Amino acid sequence: MSYKITEEGNISTVFLNGEIDMDVTEKAKEVILPIVESGKEVHLNLKDVSYMDSSGISVLIESHQKALENNTKVVVKEVSKSVLKVIMMAKLEQILNLE
Amino acid sequence: MDLSESKDFLVHTASLKEVRVFSREVFDKLKLNNDLKEELVLAIAEAAQNIVKHAYKGVENTTDHMQIKISLKDNNLEIGFFDKGKPVVAENIQHRKLDDIKPGGLGTFFIKQIMDDAVFKKDQQQWVNHLILSKKI
Repeated sequence: MSYKITEEGNISTVFLNGEIDMDVTEKAKEVILPIVESGKEVHLNLKDVSYMDSSGISVLIESHQKALENNTKVVVKEVSKSVLKVIMMAKLEQILNLE
Repeated sequence: MDLSESKDFLVHTASLKEVRVFSREVFDKLKLNNDLKEELVLAIAEAAQNIVKHAYKGVENTTDHMQIKISLKDNNLEIGFFDKGKPVVAENIQHRKLDDIKPGGLGTFFIKQIMDDAVFKKDQQQWVNHLILSKKI
C-alpha cells in the first residue's frame, strides 16, 4: 500500500493505493487517524485500492468513529467496484459516508 | 476441469499477499469469472488471516508454515487450511452482529457469506487445525 495526501482548507484527502489487508492496516491507521484526531475533515480516495479485506474495513470503521468523536467526518470517495462489494457485504454503505 | 493444488506459507501477515496471488493463479486456471474469483480470494485470505491472528495469537516471528490446498472435483470447490497453531474450538467462533458497528469481527462473516460450508476436521496427525471451506461452483 502506498498513499498520497493533499490539503485544501480544512480538508485532507488521503489517496490510498494498492491492496489493504492486515499487513498494512497499522500503516493505514498511522496515516489516517492523526489527521482525524486533529479535527480535520478527511476524504479517503479509494479509486486505486484494488482489494480490501475485513482488516481494511476495520480501518474505515475506526476512522469514521474517531471522526465522530472529534466532531468531524471521514468521507469515502471514488470507491472501486471490488472494494464497494466488500463494504456492501458488511452492510456499511449506509453507515460510512460514501461519495 | 478437476484440479488440486497446494502451497505452504509462512504464518505471517506478510504472507497474505502471497496467499492471494496463489489463489488467483489457481482460479485463473479454472477460468472462473472475475467476481467469483475475487469473492473466493477474499474468503481464503480471511481464513488465512484467522490463522495468523487467532491460531498464532501472541506468537511472534514463528517459523511455522500453514498449508492451503485448493481442489475442484465435479464442480465442488474445496479449500483446505492446515496449521499447527493453538487448537481452534469451532463452537467458539462467531462473527459480530452486523448492527454492532465496530472494527473487527467481520472475517468469519465474509467467509460464511461467500462459501456454502466451513467445517473444522480432526483428521490430520501432522497438523493441529484443519479447516475445510466448500462451495458448489
